[in-house]
Amino acid sequence: MAAVSLVRCERGFARDAAPDWMRQELRTGTTIMAVEFDGGVVIGADSRTTTGAYIANRVTDKLTPIHERIFCCRSGSAADTQAISDAVTYQLGFHSIELDEPPLVQTAANLFREMCYRYREELMAGIIVAGWDKRRGGQVYTVPVGGMLTRQPVSVGGSGSSYIYGYVDSNYRAHMSKEECLQFTAQALSLAMERDGSSGGVVRLAVISEHGVERRVVAGNQLPSFSAI
Amino acid sequence: MALSHVFETPVSGFNFENSTRNILLENVLDEGKTKAPKPLKTGTTIAGVVYKNGVVLGADTRATSSEVVADKTCAKIHYIAPNIYCCGAGTAADTEKTTDLLSSNLTIFSMNSGRNPRVVMAANILQDILFRYRGMIGANLILGGVDCTGNHLYRVGPFGSMDKVPYLAMGSGDLAAMGILEDRFKVNMEVEEAKTLVCDAIHAGIMTDLGSGNNIDLCIITRRGVDYIRPYQESEYKQRRQEKYKYKPGTTPVLTENIVPLELELVHEMVQTMETA
Repeated sequence: MAAVSLVRCERGFARDAAPDWMRQELRTGTTIMAVEFDGGVVIGADSRTTTGAYIANRVTDKLTPIHERIFCCRSGSAADTQAISDAVTYQLGFHSIELDEPPLVQTAANLFREMCYRYREELMAGIIVAGWDKRRGGQVYTVPVGGMLTRQPVSVGGSGSSYIYGYVDSNYRAHMSKEECLQFTAQALSLAMERDGSSGGVVRLAVISEHGVERRVVAGNQLPSFSAI
Repeated sequence: MALSHVFETPVSGFNFENSTRNILLENVLDEGKTKAPKPLKTGTTIAGVVYKNGVVLGADTRATSSEVVADKTCAKIHYIAPNIYCCGAGTAADTEKTTDLLSSNLTIFSMNSGRNPRVVMAANILQDILFRYRGMIGANLILGGVDCTGNHLYRVGPFGSMDKVPYLAMGSGDLAAMGILEDRFKVNMEVEEAKTLVCDAIHAGIMTDLGSGNNIDLCIITRRGVDYIRPYQESEYKQRRQEKYKYKPGTTPVLTENIVPLELELVHEMVQTMETA
């Protein structure tokens, strides 16, 4: 019946000729952070995307605009978080046009939560939603893996966040100014990038306020250093 | 949602009919001792670089099936649109079909809207397709092109992630190629410098990776047009055939000859006039 000749693949070669990093999914293995201040929010992220042990992109932008004054910081699977952000951007844009008003940050955060919770088995995404709206000013909402939603004045996420909980808890003060928040974020991210192998590259910062969005980049050699060791 | 370019309506879930057929075939033949042939992987080095006036894409030409070179002159730079080309690494069938699908969609879109397709649109469509299949389509693609908004280079991964970068290498030889690119890439290079850089990057991949080899193809895309140079550089390890395999008429001796005339009679004749008005 079969006119096809089938080749035996029983040699000593590896079954799968592709190396490990070609088969692994692209992860953002990251450090992300967001801080509220009076008048807006400061968000920051590192810039490393890894596939296994290979750095696929060393200049990634993990701060993704969802709407004019609402951003999200992405951690987890690159493909999943990009797809979720695209979907939420569409939904929020549609909602905003219907309403004829800029959307609330809380709305954006809930859209993320809906998607992350409904598809929690298939997705691997830890997202921080931050922005400014007229009703409540600057807000930070965190939607970790699993789909919880909570509002926090300061939030860190990603694989590098474990190393900076102590620093953030001890150094955060309420009612910091914009410059103090930027300094605080840059330092926290540097510390995380120093210790976490999956975080690195440059520090990307953004300030979102009533006046719009201001973006900054701090290159690797300009990062604050802390210890002599 | 109005999508003027999407030709296929996405169905939910996957179609695994072929996997049950494969299992059936394996069980029938040799009672499961023989396995089906592995899918053809391109085991590749591909690279792309944005330069002053456009984009240069490069690729090697080896396609492997496990340890055997299946195709020495495989074309890995696929046509997407007159101003957009795509290099594919990973499973050969997946990259071919995905790029064909993308090309058809963009052509339909161009015809419907009267616009030239943009590179970012091609990247978004690819991302949609690949994310839907959750990594089952093994296509690692470098998408490069020039449109009214500038010169662009995108990487789309098999799970549906997208990166926009000025230079890029993918495939099994990408570590070596990336080393060359990281060392010598500069912004706004001239065309000759960019071509040499991409050629050297692919060459590094060919020298260090078993899955890459043979010739180097280059594709230079600019506002004015595309220069697809295939091959740009031939392998120095080409072999000449030792013998000729053409035989003269009369090489085989004729032993007997038997001529049988076929008697045919006209049974039925039907004339149909063509309307050429």
